[in-house]
Amino acid sequence: MTSTTLEVGRPRESPFGRIWALVKHHVLTVYALLAFVYLMLPIAIVIAFSFNNPVGRFNYTWSSFTLNNWKNWDGVPGLRSAMVLSLEIALLASIVATLLGTLIALALVRYGFRGRGATNFLIFLPLSTPEIVLGASLLTLFLNLSIVFGFWTILIAHVMFCISFAVVTVKARLIGFDRHLEEAAMDLGANEWVTFRKVTLPLIAPAILAALLLCFAISIDDFVVTYFVAGSRTTFPLFVWGAARVGAPPQVNVIATFIFAVAVIGMVANVLVQMRRERAAATA
Amino acid sequence: MGFLHRHRNLTPYLLLAPGLLYLGLFFVVPLGFLAYQSLESGNFDVGYAFTWAWGNYWDAIQNYRGHFIRSLEYAGIATVLALLFGYPLAYWIAFRGGRWKNLLLLFIVAPFFVTYLIRTLAWESILADHGPVVSVLRDVGILGNDGRLLATSTAVVAGITYNFFPFMALPLYVSLEQIDPRLIEAAQDLYASKWKAFLRITLPLSLPGVVAGTLLTFIPAAGDFINAQLLGSPKNHMIGNVIQSKFLELTDYPAAASMSFVLMATILVMVALYARAVGTEKLTG
Repeated sequence: MTSTTLEVGRPRESPFGRIWALVKHHVLTVYALLAFVYLMLPIAIVIAFSFNNPVGRFNYTWSSFTLNNWKNWDGVPGLRSAMVLSLEIALLASIVATLLGTLIALALVRYGFRGRGATNFLIFLPLSTPEIVLGASLLTLFLNLSIVFGFWTILIAHVMFCISFAVVTVKARLIGFDRHLEEAAMDLGANEWVTFRKVTLPLIAPAILAALLLCFAISIDDFVVTYFVAGSRTTFPLFVWGAARVGAPPQVNVIATFIFAVAVIGMVANVLVQMRRERAAATA
Repeated sequence: MGFLHRHRNLTPYLLLAPGLLYLGLFFVVPLGFLAYQSLESGNFDVGYAFTWAWGNYWDAIQNYRGHFIRSLEYAGIATVLALLFGYPLAYWIAFRGGRWKNLLLLFIVAPFFVTYLIRTLAWESILADHGPVVSVLRDVGILGNDGRLLATSTAVVAGITYNFFPFMALPLYVSLEQIDPRLIEAAQDLYASKWKAFLRITLPLSLPGVVAGTLLTFIPAAGDFINAQLLGSPKNHMIGNVIQSKFLELTDYPAAASMSFVLMATILVMVALYARAVGTEKLTG
């Protein structure tokens, strides 16, 4: 809290300014806490209702606590296959998109070439196109070419909307990259490929991992585009959509809670490791 | 690699080729097909024929003007609300978060870890007629005894605001976090009040975040149909709902395709106007 120490010994500030500072300091903190409650509220509901024992079809009102939904997470027909399809698509799409995106990012940051501006624009465009237009345009493509909707059309679509995210993520890391390290490797007799494998790749590995995770998260959560190109196949979000019309079973909350828990544990662990590393670096 | 060494100027194109080819095939070409389809006439049963049917665009704007305007209205209000809610929160984390900043950021991204549809369904149960919010609002008299939140525009805007909030708060945080606190101290040393220092230093320096957040929130919000579908009534339907049902339920492809283009064009025009108003140099940051 560096700002509080700064306020001490500032007599030249008007009394109004001091009161304002005091009010602002606490109001802002209270506000932040309220905002966190707001952000967490629906998540808390989702988690709580995964332990609900609903009366009737709709899992909307609390009746009693049960662990049955967790024990029988697989008890709803179609849920497991939807989950498996989502995981398969997310895994494949994130790998392909990150590979293609990393190559584009390398070209964009490393090389001056004709058509750079156009390339940047082409990367930016899918990010600024509403998802419904992306889905609709793929739908017309597949319809007009009489391509059968299913696994491959979903995969093609997911790779497409993930590429730009991968490019942006890897590019951000490459821009802050010290090229002297590579030059040093080349001076020491390494050729381009060896330099790339031994120097460049390890240094941008965190960005590649981040791109993979981002693409995975975007893919597994995608509803709109998938809805247009899935045909008769069902991913997890599509399953939820179908189930919502007739009352979503509490098992849907179980899966959602599980995904949430895995993601949060991963993120918290990552942040804590980073903090420890920073502290170690600071004391060293 | 000998080949690459001799043709160094080819390397960037070889790196770009697979990805750009992919985007060309599955992003640009489909948009071409969509454009083609939007100028067709006919119907699903007798088939469609390309007839330069510009009338489709005219019909889309004429018949669904209300939906277009509503989409821009809801997305606009939700974007402003997200900015107003998000700015103080991002500010607090950036300047008061200390070494817990990254952990606090988790609260902002956490909603993204719950499937979009499930988040929205959770709001459905929170805002439901027998839910906690409605009963409190009825008790304090803000809502009448038979007043409701679900199936109103309020619920749809609230849903959009919540669902796209992280898109606003994250860029805001990134730009606020980069501000050198010494600049603010310097302003105060030069007798600027805290408020003035905020207006003259912090706010202008955080504008790239405001611009990025606004675009990242507005664009997906304007094309959204999930919130209107789950939290609203047909009266609150947005253009996304119409496009979706025309494509997937009514199979009126030419009309749906032309509406998609009108939506895309509207968004691009709004983004361009906005970029012009705030200055393009801030857009590229």
